Amino acid sequence: MRISIQWLRDWLQIDETPEELGHRLTMAGLELDAIEAAAPAFSGVRVGRVAKVEPHPDADRLRVCQVEVGEAEPRTIVCGAPNVHEGMVAPVAVVGAVLPDNFRIKKSKLRGVASAGMLCSARELGLAEDAEGLLALPADLEIGADLRTALGLDDYILEVDLTPNRADCLGMRGIARECSALLDRPLNENVAEQTGAELDAGMAIRVEDAEACPLYAARVLDGLDARAPTPLWMTERLRRAGVRPLSAIVDVTNYVMLELGQPLHAFDAGRLGDTIEVRWARSGESLTLLGGDQTVELGEQDLVIASATAPVALAGIMGGADSAVDDDTTRVVLECAHFAPLALAGRARAHGLHTDASHRFERGVDPTLVEQAMERATRLLLEICGGQCGPVERAGELPSSHFEQPIRLRRPRIERLLGVTFEDEEVERILAALACQVESTDDGWQVRAPRARFDLEREEDLIEELARVHGYDRLPQRLPSPVAPAERPSALRGLRDQLAQQGFHEVISFSFIGAEASRAFYPTVEPLGLANPISSDLAVMRPGLWPGLVATAAYNQARQQPDLRLFEHGLRFVPDASGLRQEPRLAGLLGGRAQPEHWEAPSRRVDFFDAKGVVEALCASVDAPLGFRAQKHAALHDGQSARILKGDRPIGWVGRLHPALCKQFDVEPVYLFDLDARAILRAPVAQFAPLSPYPSIRRDLALVVKETVPAGDVLSAIEELELDLVQDVRMFDVYRGKGLNPDEKSLALGLILRAFDRTLGEQDVASVTDKVVEHLHARFQATLRQ
Amino acid sequence: MHVEQLQQLVAEARDRIEAATDLKALDDVRVQYLGKKGSITAQLKELGKLPADERPAAGQKVNEAKTEVAGLIEARKQALADSALAEQLASEQVDVTLPGRRLPEGSLHPITHTLERIEAFFAGLGFRVAEGPEVEDDFHNFEALNIPEHHPARAMHDTFYFDAHRVLRTHTSPVQIRTMEQQKPPLRVIAPGRVYRCDSDLTHSPMFHQVEGLCVDEDITFADLRGVLSAFLQSFFDRDDLATRFRPSYFPFTEPSAEVDIQCVHCGGDGCRVCSHTGWLEVMGCGMVHPNVLGHVGIDPEQYTGFAFGLGVERMAMLRHGVNDLRLFFDNDIRFIRQFGRTG
Repeated sequence: MRISIQWLRDWLQIDETPEELGHRLTMAGLELDAIEAAAPAFSGVRVGRVAKVEPHPDADRLRVCQVEVGEAEPRTIVCGAPNVHEGMVAPVAVVGAVLPDNFRIKKSKLRGVASAGMLCSARELGLAEDAEGLLALPADLEIGADLRTALGLDDYILEVDLTPNRADCLGMRGIARECSALLDRPLNENVAEQTGAELDAGMAIRVEDAEACPLYAARVLDGLDARAPTPLWMTERLRRAGVRPLSAIVDVTNYVMLELGQPLHAFDAGRLGDTIEVRWARSGESLTLLGGDQTVELGEQDLVIASATAPVALAGIMGGADSAVDDDTTRVVLECAHFAPLALAGRARAHGLHTDASHRFERGVDPTLVEQAMERATRLLLEICGGQCGPVERAGELPSSHFEQPIRLRRPRIERLLGVTFEDEEVERILAALACQVESTDDGWQVRAPRARFDLEREEDLIEELARVHGYDRLPQRLPSPVAPAERPSALRGLRDQLAQQGFHEVISFSFIGAEASRAFYPTVEPLGLANPISSDLAVMRPGLWPGLVATAAYNQARQQPDLRLFEHGLRFVPDASGLRQEPRLAGLLGGRAQPEHWEAPSRRVDFFDAKGVVEALCASVDAPLGFRAQKHAALHDGQSARILKGDRPIGWVGRLHPALCKQFDVEPVYLFDLDARAILRAPVAQFAPLSPYPSIRRDLALVVKETVPAGDVLSAIEELELDLVQDVRMFDVYRGKGLNPDEKSLALGLILRAFDRTLGEQDVASVTDKVVEHLHARFQATLRQ
Repeated sequence: MHVEQLQQLVAEARDRIEAATDLKALDDVRVQYLGKKGSITAQLKELGKLPADERPAAGQKVNEAKTEVAGLIEARKQALADSALAEQLASEQVDVTLPGRRLPEGSLHPITHTLERIEAFFAGLGFRVAEGPEVEDDFHNFEALNIPEHHPARAMHDTFYFDAHRVLRTHTSPVQIRTMEQQKPPLRVIAPGRVYRCDSDLTHSPMFHQVEGLCVDEDITFADLRGVLSAFLQSFFDRDDLATRFRPSYFPFTEPSAEVDIQCVHCGGDGCRVCSHTGWLEVMGCGMVHPNVLGHVGIDPEQYTGFAFGLGVERMAMLRHGVNDLRLFFDNDIRFIRQFGRTG
């Protein structure tokens, strides 16, 4: 909302600077966005009257004018504007004047004729974007007066952001009411007088749904001169409000809307007939909107204004092109109605529209304005365009609403919510200034809110008004009484920190990915698709975190960052029969060198076991044994892919990105892991186990098994024996080649043996190794390597 | 035996000891002179041949010679050990200016650092972390928060939706509702997390982060809200004198509602590009929980009052770390993330 401070002075005295007033409004919830001067800086421009116009001796397009500017003699000024004529009152920049953009007016000769100034257009003064000729000023201005004073150009416009609850401030009068409350200054309410009917021109109005349109008023005006110029004071106010002046009839409806907040519409009566229907559109109907550029298909949810035959306007949103007024219009039907916010909600948006009218009606317009706005617009139209008016025809009545119920405001409740008490007088002053009717009761007040304030429904709303007008910053503050500090779940933080210590960088990628990426990584999941995605590569909710990590890797590899360790924590979205699973995952990616480049030795590239090592470290404290099972995954290399198990429960995957996907997503080889974050977050409390005072003995075994025997199975087979003396088993070498068959490998195992009651002897060691070798032979045909 | 002969032996031994260049040669000298068959040892055996009255004096001489040679050997041994050590040290010298051997440290995302900083402050005041789904239903995201269908506030949310009832949460406020559905007051929770709006340009990301806070008890007033948030902002920006101001605003789920501005941390309030020359930066929205919201979850608004707040994590991170482009947070360029290290 753009607020001209001068316009505001129609209702109350404003002594504050624009900055002060803007600050006061901001601190009351009407946030100041910008302060704009009504006109750019210029000086030396006076009101002039063109006394004489003669052709230029040497130029067809130029005229030599004698212009009175309040001096003894008129000035000779050469002018090229097409609309210059004798008797015209127009701005004159005299020699010495400085126009916007520091354009200085000097004595000059135009084609041999001396010119002592310049007649100006609105554009040259920075008052309009473009202009077709000189700015015509009203004839009653004092000739020679400074233009800034004459037009009140030393005005400022406050551009204020209104929250959706403050529809009452979508009119200058509402803003004035607010200022009066904030500045504690009286408001001068001028109510438009009624204009009696001079014409016998009735309308038949039929409203189909009184809930959608509780009150509809219309009146015929005839004998109008649509070409009459809009007075300068009005176009100036429109301009300052950010509305482009068009023609007198339209300007008046806009002006009244800006002044009071009530949208109006003028139909060309000749194209409307003498019947008006307010009804729901029928499917199949359409309407070409004002301006003629857009035709909307109407549906049964669209409330329309219709003639006897067809819709002529989208109610409360925009008029139609067919019934629009133009320069030849002499007879109009002026519409002023109240539409219920719910009836219009979402409709403008549905048609891709957002208009001044829809903006107001969606938020709520004071229904008592119908009458006032009609009268105000009538008077202005008759003043400017001449003509006569018919009687106001009405259908419906003022809608009833919560406003009839007074709101109970309890004194203690104010303190309960704000932490401070208010003097009774202050409460009453503030509420009265906001146009509430206030009545004292035993424990507080009964308050009736003005109908413009749709946002005042209950006690808390009134308390907010008190706080707001009083000033939030004048209210007390305190820290609530302390409670025990919350225990913070540190597990996730610990895991993140662990990864960072291992050189991983945390990334945050979008939770939505492209359908194609989803299919490539998770072909068995039908991902949850957005109905209105921003783009096709952000169209479905990710079934896992790998696509984001791989895209991030590609992004960084393309930026000369080949050594990558990345991780992300976030939700995956997997639709299944029971609904949608939204599960936290911890996933990572490794690529490039295993160690950073170093002077000592070349470093190898990361491989599967680097990734697996990270997983093992992350899961070091889970409360069940961790296992890895070779298993294929669509996104992983067939031979380097493992399911991660916690006990029997699968909790994730680790492996190398499938070469086909490397190619598809343009990424160098990388290794990935993905873990159920919840499965690894809860670590059991560590429990003490006694230490043995006796030394341990190590015995190494080299066992030959078939290539197909997984090393992990050999290790678990030893575990299955549950040998008390075996404290640890280490796999310290895997050998293939000379001395072995091609389908064989030799696993080197180190058994660490220890007892709690004695130092072990050779006999103990032999008995354990025999059992192990025997068992492994039975399970895997393992033999000791010779 | 002659004293001269003994002196001769000692002189000989001294020369040989000095000539020994390693421990082995030195030991050979020891054996040669002081060993069981050593030449000085042999002199002791000669004593028997002397007359009894000469023996003690002669014996003393021999012992003196023995002690002297042993001392010389010991000294030489130490000298050899010293030089061997010196040599070892010299040979083991490294260029200490060569780079050390280590895995470079990784880093946490600046959003994580910011969230942890926020969580830590509120944990100190007894606020627990609560979580909620990101694919949210219409009820929790809107209805229960007093934003019925067609409310103008909905249009301002630029919602991503899946179908008639499911949306990507547009704010973390639904976690308020989910918390109050499950727990009864007194309540102190914060809900950090991802939120989504269908908007993408220089200053808008379709995904970003918010932290929602909720405090409900029998004696919570607007004064508590102001006190907590002022203290939080001062703590977050490490400035005890950071000015804050509370401006009335509108959120359907709070009444009264406020927006919180801080004195511009870039220019100190003088006005600059960062604060659009106002001297203030808007950082949070907040208010007293609307009675309708309490009503939706079965908490009696006559008995309980509460405050709620929400803040944009990216904005806080940008202000704290001087990040000037929102999109950097989601480009995930490790050259960017690395700058924030493990501690932010």
